[in-house]
Amino acid sequence: MQTFDLEAEGLRALNSTLHAQAANTNQTHWEIVNPKGSHAIAVGLDAPIEVNIKGSTGYYCAGMNKQATVHVHGSVGPGTAENMMSGMVVVEGDASQYAGATGHGGTLVIKGNASSRCGISMKGIDIIVHGNIGHMSAFMAQSGNLVVCGDAGEALGDSLYEARLFVRGSVKSLGADCIEKEMRPEHIALLEELLERGGCDAKASEFKRYGSARQLYNFNIDNAY
Amino acid sequence: MKDDHNGAPRTMPIQSATFSNPVNAEIRRAAATGIYDIRGGGAKRKLPHFDDLLFLGASMSRYPLEGYRERCDTNVTLGTRFAKNPIKLDIPVTIAGMSFGALSGGAKEALGRGATMAGTSTTTGDGGMTEEERGHSNKLVYQYLPSRYGMNPDDLRRCDAIEIVVGQGAKPGGGGMLLGQKISDRVAEMRNLPKGIDQRSACRHPDWTGPDDLEIKILELREITNWEKPIYIKVGGARPYFDTTLAVKAGADVVVLDGMQGGTAATQDVFIEHVGQPILACIREAVRALQDLDMHREVQLVVSGGIRTGADVAKAMALGADAVAIGTAALIALGDNDPKWEAEYNALGTTAGAYDDWHEGQDPAGITTQDPELMKRFDPIEGGRRLNNYLKVMTLEAQTIARACGKNHLHNLEPEDLCALTLEAAAMAKIPLAGTDWYPGKPGTSY
Repeated sequence: MQTFDLEAEGLRALNSTLHAQAANTNQTHWEIVNPKGSHAIAVGLDAPIEVNIKGSTGYYCAGMNKQATVHVHGSVGPGTAENMMSGMVVVEGDASQYAGATGHGGTLVIKGNASSRCGISMKGIDIIVHGNIGHMSAFMAQSGNLVVCGDAGEALGDSLYEARLFVRGSVKSLGADCIEKEMRPEHIALLEELLERGGCDAKASEFKRYGSARQLYNFNIDNAY
Repeated sequence: MKDDHNGAPRTMPIQSATFSNPVNAEIRRAAATGIYDIRGGGAKRKLPHFDDLLFLGASMSRYPLEGYRERCDTNVTLGTRFAKNPIKLDIPVTIAGMSFGALSGGAKEALGRGATMAGTSTTTGDGGMTEEERGHSNKLVYQYLPSRYGMNPDDLRRCDAIEIVVGQGAKPGGGGMLLGQKISDRVAEMRNLPKGIDQRSACRHPDWTGPDDLEIKILELREITNWEKPIYIKVGGARPYFDTTLAVKAGADVVVLDGMQGGTAATQDVFIEHVGQPILACIREAVRALQDLDMHREVQLVVSGGIRTGADVAKAMALGADAVAIGTAALIALGDNDPKWEAEYNALGTTAGAYDDWHEGQDPAGITTQDPELMKRFDPIEGGRRLNNYLKVMTLEAQTIARACGKNHLHNLEPEDLCALTLEAAAMAKIPLAGTDWYPGKPGTSY
C-alpha cells in the first residue's frame, strides 16, 4: 500500500505519480489522504491500480478513468468519473451534478444520492445509484445503463437515445421522448447483474425500465418546441 | 409598358426592397414546408469586412522593405502562457475545426497534408479524431466540444493542442445537427449512436457552466495531459471584450475568436444571418481585453470568419491578432463549389459558388459527404497540394503588404498602418476614416 498525502505533496505530484504506473506495476494499491475537496484528483488514470481516497473531493474526481478502480470514502463534487472509459469508481457518499457525464465505459457506483444531470450524455458507462437522482438526469444519454434505487427528479431521460434507465422509486416527470418500457426477461437479467456489480441488494423486479420512444431521431417540425 | 384604357401611362412596377424576390421566395418555401431553412457556411449577407480597410504603405514617413529580398518573418508560437509544449508554426494561417462526418475522411486527410506542407496546424471537429488527420497533420488541435463525440484520453494525449469550443461565429449560443443521411457506419461508431439518425450536438457543455467551472475543467485537462498541451478557448463573435476577458480568467493559453462569416456544417439560416457580429467588429475589442489584462501577445489571439486572402491575414494581424484560421476558404481551395461541377449543382437546384446544403451529403465535389461514390471524386493528395499552394500564396501576399509597410515580421503590422473606407468599418475597427485622423467613438473627440 502506497500512501500519498495530497495536502503535503500537491495535485501535480499525485497525478503524475499515478500516471507513471505501468500496466505491470507492483504498486497496485494507493491511499490518498487529506483530499480536502481538491479538484481533479486521480484524473486520466490508465493502469489496473486501486486508489482509495480517504475523504471528500471536488470537481472531476477520477475523470477520464481507464482501467483503474477509484474508491472515494466521502462525497464527490461535480463531474465525478466524467468521460470514464473503463474501470470502476465507487463513491461512498453523495455525488454533485453531472456524475458520470459522457462516460464511454466502466462502472460508477454512488452509494448516496446523485444531484442533477447524472449520466448526462452518457455513451456506454454503467451508473448505479443507491439513492435518488436529481433533475435532467440521463439527458441525451446515448448508451449504457443508469440504475436508480431511489427516486428520479424532473425530466428524466430528456432527448434520450439508446441508454437504458431503471428506476425503483418514483419518477417526478419524464423528459421529451422518454417513455416507460416493458421489463422483459433479458432486462431483468441485465439489471440483476448491474445491481450485483453495484453492491446493491434491491430486487430487479421492483424496478421500472425507461427508454427512448425514438420519435426525435429524425428532425420533424411537429416535434419542435 | 401599355397605357391604361384612358391612354395615360401606367405606374411602373416596382419590386419592394423589403419584400424582395429572395425574401418572398423564402416566405413561400416556409409556407409550403413548415420548416426553417438549414444550410452550411457562414453569413452570406454583405457585412463590414476587411475589404473596408486599406493599408497606407510607406512613403516619406515610413521606410519600406525590399520585396522578395529583405526578410519578413511569418512564424508564430501559440500557447506560451502555461503549456510546456507551445505550438510553433511557420505561418500564421491555421486550419479551423471541421468535423469528420461533416467532411469526408479524404477531405480531412487533404487538410492535414496541405497544412503540414505549409508548416501550420489543422483542427479536428465534432466527431472525434480520425487516423487520416492525425497521420497527416504534423500539428493537430483536438477540439473539446459539448457533444464529446469520440472524446477520449488517448487522443487528448496524442494531440498537439486542445481547443475547448464554447461557441462558433456561425451560431454563437447554438448547437449543431448532423443529419441522418451523413451518418455512415464509421461516423455512427465514432459517435456511439445508431446509423442513420440525426445526431445533435449540444449548445453547451454537459459538465460545466460558466467561467469558474471552466477554470476547473481546464485544470483537469492539464492534469490529464501533464500540462504539455496548449489550451485554446474558442468563442463566437458575441461579446468579444467580455468573452476574451473571461477566457483569460479561466486559464486559456490561446483565445480563438470566430466572426459570423465563419462557416458551420449545418444550422438554421436565420441563426447564421442574424446572430453574432462580423469579425471586423470583434478583433479590436478582444485585443482591448487582452491589453487591459496585460496579456496581449502572452495569450495569443486567433481570429477567423471570412479570411480569404493575404490582405485579410495582414489586416487581421495589424488589428492585433496573432494568427488567423480558415475553414470555408480551405474547402474552396480543395475544390468545394468548383464550377466544373456546375451541371450537378444545377441538378441539386443550386449553382457553383452558392452550394451550401453540405448537411445533405450530396456534395458533387466529394468533400462534404460520406457517400462512397462521391468521395471517390476527391483526391486527398491533390487536395493537399492545392491547399499548400493556397496557404503559400496567402503568406506571400501578407508578406508583400508587411514589407510595403516597412515591417520585418507580420506581427509588427499595427493599426497605424491602416485606414478605413467607410464610417462603419472605422467605428468597428477603431481605424481612422481615410483622409482623416478620426473614427467614430475615438476618445477625446465628439461627433
